[in-house]
Amino acid sequence: MLALERVSKTYPNGVEALARFSAAIKQGEIVAIIGGSGCGKSTLLRAIAGLDRASSGTVTLDDEAISSPHAKIGIIFQEPRLLPWLSVADNIGFGLADLPAAERRGKVARALERVGLADKADAWPRELSGGQAQRVAIARALVPQPEVLLLDEPFSALDAFTRRDLQDHLLDLWADTRPTLILVTHDVDEAVVLADRVLVMRPRPGRLFDQIEINLARPRDRNSPLFDSFKRNVLTSLDRSLDRNVPDRDATQGPGQAMWW
Amino acid sequence: MSRAPSRLSRYARPLLGLALPLTLALGWELAVWLGWSNGRLVPPPSRVFATIVELARSGELTRHIAATLYRVGLGFVLGVVAGTLLGAIAGYWSLARRLLDPTIQALRAIPSIAWVPLFILWLGIFETSKIALIAVGVFFPVYLGVMGAILSVDRKIVEVGRIFRLSGPAMIRRILLPAVLPAYVVSLRVGLGLGWMFVVAAEFMGASEGLGYLLIDGQQLGKPAQIVAAIVIFAILGKLTDWLIEIATVPLLRWQDAFGRERGGA
Repeated sequence: MLALERVSKTYPNGVEALARFSAAIKQGEIVAIIGGSGCGKSTLLRAIAGLDRASSGTVTLDDEAISSPHAKIGIIFQEPRLLPWLSVADNIGFGLADLPAAERRGKVARALERVGLADKADAWPRELSGGQAQRVAIARALVPQPEVLLLDEPFSALDAFTRRDLQDHLLDLWADTRPTLILVTHDVDEAVVLADRVLVMRPRPGRLFDQIEINLARPRDRNSPLFDSFKRNVLTSLDRSLDRNVPDRDATQGPGQAMWW
Repeated sequence: MSRAPSRLSRYARPLLGLALPLTLALGWELAVWLGWSNGRLVPPPSRVFATIVELARSGELTRHIAATLYRVGLGFVLGVVAGTLLGAIAGYWSLARRLLDPTIQALRAIPSIAWVPLFILWLGIFETSKIALIAVGVFFPVYLGVMGAILSVDRKIVEVGRIFRLSGPAMIRRILLPAVLPAYVVSLRVGLGLGWMFVVAAEFMGASEGLGYLLIDGQQLGKPAQIVAAIVIFAILGKLTDWLIEIATVPLLRWQDAFGRERGGA
């Protein structure tokens, strides 16, 4: 279990990015964190990853305090961040340097197969499309088998079709070992497709505003009325988090509001 | 319409660069041959070539080239080692940078030739002072290149290393070194260019052998053909050694996604 207790972050310039954020996330749960810009989503994720230290409060994974990057916690960034001087296969195997070469090769080959890029093993990162590069980043993060995988708006730079494809693919990969997924996103659709629970955050300073359980069986049909009603719930909550007036629920459901930033 | 220009550029581009010097050389050769000029101060190519052949036959040429190559080589290695070490230290530790960099930048502002009298006093007139001068010339571009490259390594890539909990040495080996390599190669090439520049200055200060000595000797004895011959050999050696660095580093930089690759390079 991943426990966040009163996690706060104030930057040296005085900006309070995150204020007393608490949450408990079960092993294997998929949680989406959504909120307007400046609500501290990325700050929170970086604190869980151990990249930045919280100003106060604690992050613990199975009773172990996290203050620096941890072997059981992986992260996928908005950009693939592949190392351009390594082949695709070597990028995926980057976190496996401690394993014997044969074992590493086997794991990398299986991961390549799993993300559908077996024919790209020897390619350079510059030769990949945006979606392929992000698949490699996913494989690189998953191959050391983390217990918790953090995703910082991982699909926001991709086109709508590729994004959908990768969302389904991510769920498929998740089912292999069922790590905990914590996904920061702007995209209400993405949150409802993927998450068991959506945490809505409120900006200035960033704090938890609302939680919405998504009790939908998987695979989820993006076009079902139930899916729509969950989406509307999240959107309404988002609107309230930004102190907007919400005259009635239907009015908030315009096509332009499926994406939030 | 698209095929013809591409074929033209493929074969004609290197030749295009040769057109101007070849025309000038042949033109001058012709002018001297026709008696329009005696070619005494500006020797025609044939006379320069004859001088080179003569020097080569007597074994003089090998001796001079070997002396110069030795000086450039040793000065280059010393300059590169010092520049790389100090550049890496200054790039990696901000404390060392605050301590070292202002002094090094101040030293850099001194025209390197200004060191010559001091080096001669300190190190004598022979090889040591020459090699020290060349090393100084090579040091600064390498130092600046390494430090700048380390400072500009993408924070996002470094974070990938942090996420995989790389230790300090592993971070240097697996992230920083490959990331600075392209800029490092450029600084090596700039440093080598300066090394060739400074070897001439070094050999002007009392050498008894070396290509720079050939220059001075040609001036004092009124042999312009020997001067031009030495200049031509400098050009060939400079280009050749630069090309060696380029060739040696190509396999290390294959991954680069650079503008120059698509255009077929320089």
